[in-house]
Amino acid sequence: MDGILLQILNGLDKGSAYALIALGLTLIFGTLGVVNFAHGALFMVGAFCAVTLQKFLNFSKITIDPDKVDFLGNPAKVKTPYVVEWFGEAAGNGIINWSVPLAILFAIPVMLIIGYVMERGLIKHFYKRPHADQILVTFGLAIVIQELVKANFGANPIPTPAPDQFVGSFNVGALIGMDASYPYWRLVYFFFSITVIGAVFAFLRYTTFGMVVRAGMADRETVGLLGINIDRRFTIMFGAAAAVAGLAGVMYGPINSPNYHMGMDFLVLSFVVVVVGGMGSLPGAVLAGFMLGILESFASYSPIKNFFADYLFLPSIDQIIIYLVAIIVLLVRPRGLMGKAGVMEE
Amino acid sequence: MKSLNSSDKRTLLFVIVISLLAPFLLNPFPTGSGMAQFNAGYPDLMQRFAYFGILAIGFNILFGLTGYLSFGHAAFLGVGSYATVWMFKLLSYNIVPGIILAVIMAGLFSLLIGFISLRRSGIYFSILTLAFAQMSFALAYSVLTPLTNGETGLQVYNDDPQILMGENAITSPHLFGLKMQDTFTLDLGPWAFQFNVGYYVCALFLILAFYLSVRIFRSPFGLMLRAIKTNQTRLNYTGINSRPYTLAAFVISGMYAGLAGGLMASMDPLAGAERMQWTASGEIVLMTILGGAGTLIGPVLGAGFIKYFENIFSKINETVLHGWFAWMPDGLEDAVVWVLHLFTGKGWHLTLGLLFMLIVIFLPGGLMEGADRITDWWKRKRGKDVSDTSKTPAE
Repeated sequence: MDGILLQILNGLDKGSAYALIALGLTLIFGTLGVVNFAHGALFMVGAFCAVTLQKFLNFSKITIDPDKVDFLGNPAKVKTPYVVEWFGEAAGNGIINWSVPLAILFAIPVMLIIGYVMERGLIKHFYKRPHADQILVTFGLAIVIQELVKANFGANPIPTPAPDQFVGSFNVGALIGMDASYPYWRLVYFFFSITVIGAVFAFLRYTTFGMVVRAGMADRETVGLLGINIDRRFTIMFGAAAAVAGLAGVMYGPINSPNYHMGMDFLVLSFVVVVVGGMGSLPGAVLAGFMLGILESFASYSPIKNFFADYLFLPSIDQIIIYLVAIIVLLVRPRGLMGKAGVMEE
Repeated sequence: MKSLNSSDKRTLLFVIVISLLAPFLLNPFPTGSGMAQFNAGYPDLMQRFAYFGILAIGFNILFGLTGYLSFGHAAFLGVGSYATVWMFKLLSYNIVPGIILAVIMAGLFSLLIGFISLRRSGIYFSILTLAFAQMSFALAYSVLTPLTNGETGLQVYNDDPQILMGENAITSPHLFGLKMQDTFTLDLGPWAFQFNVGYYVCALFLILAFYLSVRIFRSPFGLMLRAIKTNQTRLNYTGINSRPYTLAAFVISGMYAGLAGGLMASMDPLAGAERMQWTASGEIVLMTILGGAGTLIGPVLGAGFIKYFENIFSKINETVLHGWFAWMPDGLEDAVVWVLHLFTGKGWHLTLGLLFMLIVIFLPGGLMEGADRITDWWKRKRGKDVSDTSKTPAE
C-alpha cells in the first residue's frame, strides 16, 4: 500500500506539468484553431526566467578582503551580491533564497509579452494557411527559441534550487497512517498547478471576459457579428496560455534543472495528453495530464516494471507506456476521453 | 520509359547526369587553393547527398502528393539502419541482404504505424506520427536494448556469427567484393577527383528511386493521391475509400526511408538511436519543403542544399570569421563576428530553424517556387507575354 501511495504522489508532479502544458495547448487550439508546436519552448523559456532572475540576483560586487587569503596566498576576493548590499544581510539572502518563487512575478509579464508578440507577429498570419504550414512554422520557431537559449545559457542543465525551507521531504503518508516520504517542493508544485488550473477555469467561468471567450470558442463568427472584438480577446488568451506554460516551467526548475531541450521533451508527451484527453476539451486535458502522469509513475514502480520485463520482455516499460495508452485510447475511443463529438474527428 | 513525357524525361536525364558526374561537378576548386574548403566532392558528403536525397524523395511521395505531414519518418530510417547492421552481424558484410531486409522491415513497420495513425488526418496525424517516432526512439534507446544495443549503438563485433563469412572475407561493407570505402582518385592538373564505390552504389539507388517516384507521380495512383490532397471529403463522397491509397503512400515512403537507412548503415556500419529522434524527422520535413514539396526534383535539391550548408557552416568557427573580417575596424569586427558566430559553427541548428521559418512564411513552395518566380519576373522584364503563370509545383 505504501508503494502505491508513493507512486500516486510521484505521478502528481509530472502530471501537473503535463496538465499545465496541455491546458495551454488546448486553450490555444480551442480559441485560435492552431496547434502550437512552440508550446514546449514556452515552458522552457519559463524555466529560464527563473534562471535569469537567479543570475540577476547573484550579480555581485567584488571587493578585496585584506584579512583573508585564498589558497594561492593572494588577498581573497569576496563576492557580495548587490541585493545583499542594498537590503542588508538577512533580507538580501532571503530574496536570493526565494528566487524561484519570485521568478513567478518576473515570468508572468515576460510570458504575456512573448505570447502577445508571437501571436500578433507570426501566428496571426497563419490562420488562413493550411494546418501543415502552422505546424511547420511553430516547429521552426521552437527550434529557434531553443537554439537561442542554448547559445545564451549553454547546453548544460543549470540548477535552480528551491528555497531552503522546502528542501528535503516529509512523510505525507503519516497523515493517513501510512509511510511515504515525499519532497516538499513536489507537493508545492502540485498545489501550485492546481491553483493555476483553478484560476484559469474560474477566469473562463465567472468573468465576462471568460464568458465572451467561451462564446467565441463555440461560434467565433456570431460573437464577431455581435460587435465584439473577438480577435483581441483571443490574442490575450494566447498570452495567458503562454503564461500558464511559463509558470509551469518556472516552478519545475527545482525538480529538474532547466536545460535547453526540456521543452521538446515535454511537448511530445503533452500532445499525447491532449489527444488522450480529447482535442479541444479543457477538463479532458487536465484529467488526462494527471492520469498519464500517475500511470507513468506506476509503470516505473519496480514490481510492475519487473513483471513487464520478466513476462512480457519489455524492460523499462515506463518509457513507452504513455504512447501505448494513447494508441489504445485512439483505437477504442477516437475522440479521446472527454472530446466533444465533431471536434477534429477526421 | 515510354510513358514519360518529354519534360519528365529531361528531369530524369538531369538527375542521372548530375549524380553520375557529381565527383566532377562538386569539385570545382583545385586542391590546396583557398576555395578548396567549399568543395563537396569527397565521398562521405556525396554519399550523404545521395541517401538523404532518397529519403526526401520518399517523404515527398507522402507529403507532397497526399498532404499528410508525417513527423515520424526518422523512425523508418532508424529501422532500416538497424536491420542492415543486423544482417552484417548475422550473415556477412555483403550489403545486398542488409538493404533488402531494411526495406522490408521499414515497410512492415510503416504498415503498422500507418494503419493506426491514418485513422486521423490533419493535425492529429502529425501528432500521432510524432508520438510514434518518439516511442520508437524510446524503444531503440532503452526498451529494446538487446536488439539495438541502446545508447552505445549497434555495431559489428568480432565474435558475431557472420555465418556467410569465408576465410579471407572482406571485413567492411561490400557489394560482391567491391568495397564501399574504396576510392579511386583521378589527378587532373591541380584537381583531384574522387570516385568512391559507396557513392556510386548510393547514386544508382538514387536514380532508381527517382525514376520510381516519377512513375508514381504520373500514374493513376499518383493522381488519386493528389485528389486526396486537394479535397479528401469530396473524394469520400464520390464513394472512394481513400484509406488504402494513403496507407499505400505511407508504406512506400516508409520503404524509401528504410532504403536510405540501409544505405546509411552500409556506408558506415553503425546504427544509433539518435537517428530516430524527432529533430531528425523535422530535418526530413525541412529538406522536402525547402526544395519544394510536390515537385519531382525539389526534395533532392533540398536534401543536397541542407547537407552541403550543414557541412560548410559547421566548419566556420570564430577564428575563421575573424580571419574574414580582419579588414574591419576592431570594434565593428568583434560585433560582426559575435553576431555571425551565433549562426555558424555549433550554431547551425539556429540557422536551420530560421531558414525553416523563412521558407514556410515567404516561400511555401520552396526553392522550386523561388526559381519559378525568378523566371516569371525575368520573362516579364523582357516584355514577353506570360499570361499563364501556373504554379504547377506547389499544387
